[in-house]
Amino acid sequence: MELTRRDALAVLVAAGAGSLAGCAAPRASDGDAGTGDAGDAGPVPVGDSEMETLVAVAEVVYPSAVDGVPKFVRTYTGGRVDADDAYARGVAAAVGSLDEYAEEFHGDRYAALSESTRREALDYMSVDVVDPVPDGTAAQRVRHYVVNELLYAFYTSPTGAGLAGLENPPGHPGGTESYREGPGR
Amino acid sequence: MSDGPADESAAAPDRTPSPRADVCVVGAGPAGSLVAARLSRAEYDVVVLDAGPRFDPDERSDRMERHLRPGLDEPIWGMGGERDAYSSSGGRSYPLNAARVKGVGGSTLHWQGMVMRLHEQDFELDSSVGLGADWPLDYEDLRPYYAAAERELNVSGASDNPFAPPRERPHPLPAFPPSYSDSLFAEACETLEIATHSVPNARNSEPVDGQSACVGYGTCDPVCPSGAKYDATRHVERAEANGARVLDRVPVQRLEHDGAGDRVTAAVYATPDGEEHRQTAREFVVAAGGVETPRLLLLSASEAYPDGLANSSGVVGRYFMDHLFAGVGGTLDEPTRQKHVGFNTTESHQFYDRPDDSRTAIKLEFLNYAGPAPADVALGADVFGDALLERVRDAYGNRVAMGALVEQLPRAENRVRLDPSRTDDHGNPVPDVVWSLDDRTRRTLERANEIQRAVLTEMGADVKWTVGPENTGPAYHHMGTTRMGTDPKTSVVSPRLRTHDLSNLTLAGSSVFVTGGAMNPTLTIAALALKAADHVSERL
Repeated sequence: MELTRRDALAVLVAAGAGSLAGCAAPRASDGDAGTGDAGDAGPVPVGDSEMETLVAVAEVVYPSAVDGVPKFVRTYTGGRVDADDAYARGVAAAVGSLDEYAEEFHGDRYAALSESTRREALDYMSVDVVDPVPDGTAAQRVRHYVVNELLYAFYTSPTGAGLAGLENPPGHPGGTESYREGPGR
Repeated sequence: MSDGPADESAAAPDRTPSPRADVCVVGAGPAGSLVAARLSRAEYDVVVLDAGPRFDPDERSDRMERHLRPGLDEPIWGMGGERDAYSSSGGRSYPLNAARVKGVGGSTLHWQGMVMRLHEQDFELDSSVGLGADWPLDYEDLRPYYAAAERELNVSGASDNPFAPPRERPHPLPAFPPSYSDSLFAEACETLEIATHSVPNARNSEPVDGQSACVGYGTCDPVCPSGAKYDATRHVERAEANGARVLDRVPVQRLEHDGAGDRVTAAVYATPDGEEHRQTAREFVVAAGGVETPRLLLLSASEAYPDGLANSSGVVGRYFMDHLFAGVGGTLDEPTRQKHVGFNTTESHQFYDRPDDSRTAIKLEFLNYAGPAPADVALGADVFGDALLERVRDAYGNRVAMGALVEQLPRAENRVRLDPSRTDDHGNPVPDVVWSLDDRTRRTLERANEIQRAVLTEMGADVKWTVGPENTGPAYHHMGTTRMGTDPKTSVVSPRLRTHDLSNLTLAGSSVFVTGGAMNPTLTIAALALKAADHVSERL
């Protein structure tokens, strides 16, 4: 199952960030250096390094049969962070926490770990069981800004939710035809 | 995100009183905004005062995401805190702040959008089956106003309901066709001889008046990002286009009257800067909902009206009613295609009219949104990857459910009163919602469950849950607290919606309902508001 840029844009439009994603190329998805700078007026805090980590997490939390994850994540996250600086800082800080954890306990930044180790890292950090809290502990912030952000994008997209049989999920303006169609549409 | 108006950081809007208002309307929900639009179109000078903010329509997508994502706990429409403090007593807890929105548009900002006319029997319940009380008007009196209200709300519907009262013309827009899951219910209902029919919806099935058709966001309750679902901001905009002033964040503290106690002279309101102002007018219309309308009257007690303004009957706040939810849900061995839209397309009113005094009204609903959506499961899961997808597939896909609204009859002990032990952000006693269930309502809930279980069993469903007498909750329809009647000793307003006690004070909204039936109340609220506007206009 191929995730497309269109899937990402559909979620962005629903989230109110679509106007940015639809015109000028999103800055953060355009290969900015990214500094992780959490300052109010600093450079875009979500750059290539942060994007690599997000893609690495997505490859763990998304189903294995899904293709096109890097482009989907970059398009979606780029649109979101370009539209909301405070949100971008939250994402960057949470990614930083995850990378710090990975380096401390697994000896390398998160994106450099093997897929099985990346999966373990989320479990060991308790990201699988904590509540998502934007200003909570490191694990709670990773759950909110990283894992749930990626899961929200995926399972409110037509392709992601479609894997479970719902091609027009809540949050997606997929029209008023699909609800009338049977499973063999 | 702030729920305050976007203009607060710029120049503060003018919240000073209008110098020569013909009409002062308290509340910018559906009743108040319809009154304001109607009277301003007739070129009366109208000012509307609302306690809450003017919400930015561009923020609706953010509100939707807050609804869809756990961890974003800020209330969708800003309800809560000292401004909205309340008490709940009686046999049942009442979650008041989940049940309403304060602000321009009122509770239509988070409503489901179902709009049915009451049945003829609803207006003559006592005389027909010995239940509750009769309204002082009948269906024919309200019928032209129902037709007008359906036009105002651009109702999408069909004339296929064999139980509905007579109507004069088709609905303004065609009904939404039945869902796939409706077809699964239909076979079982046919076997059980339960007639089903379409649902009138206050959401656009086609583009109209520059508004979008429904695009299927599926989050109708609590927010419609497309604006295809009716909300009262449409009539606020029309009123403003007609020249009406609509002031937000100006909670009315009390109403003042003349020396004789015959006429209201001013609405005293507070502004965000802490100042108080007096809005004078020739006519006053209070349209603040089934809780705040009686509360404002009680807060306006005076020497002439020691028990509360317009309360010489002593019934202001009494006869509080809501509808009760009954539901049964389960799973089928096949896909049911839920959650594509956030509204229902099939109902049955077969069990609505009461055969005798053994039970109250039941309105059956066939849900299009049973069970969780994939994101609901995923965002709270403790597994990821393929295991998560498997869990999502297990939770989504084969759910099926029926709901019902059940009528609660008016009882004097259910009431809204002031709680002198607690005050709001302006030092006013908060409302205390005293609410309980009686045995007849419980029996009706059981009957609704019985019908629902029969349908699901006939479908071959594995029943997983039931909401009945023990775990029911309110449908958030506040009614009955300033009841209509012809006798000033037992009612608050006349059939012309004017208070018996004060000659220029009109009450619009569900607070004037004598009984509540089991229909979602907003179409009747709208019809009564249009009627009230006509009567106010006659006096101006």
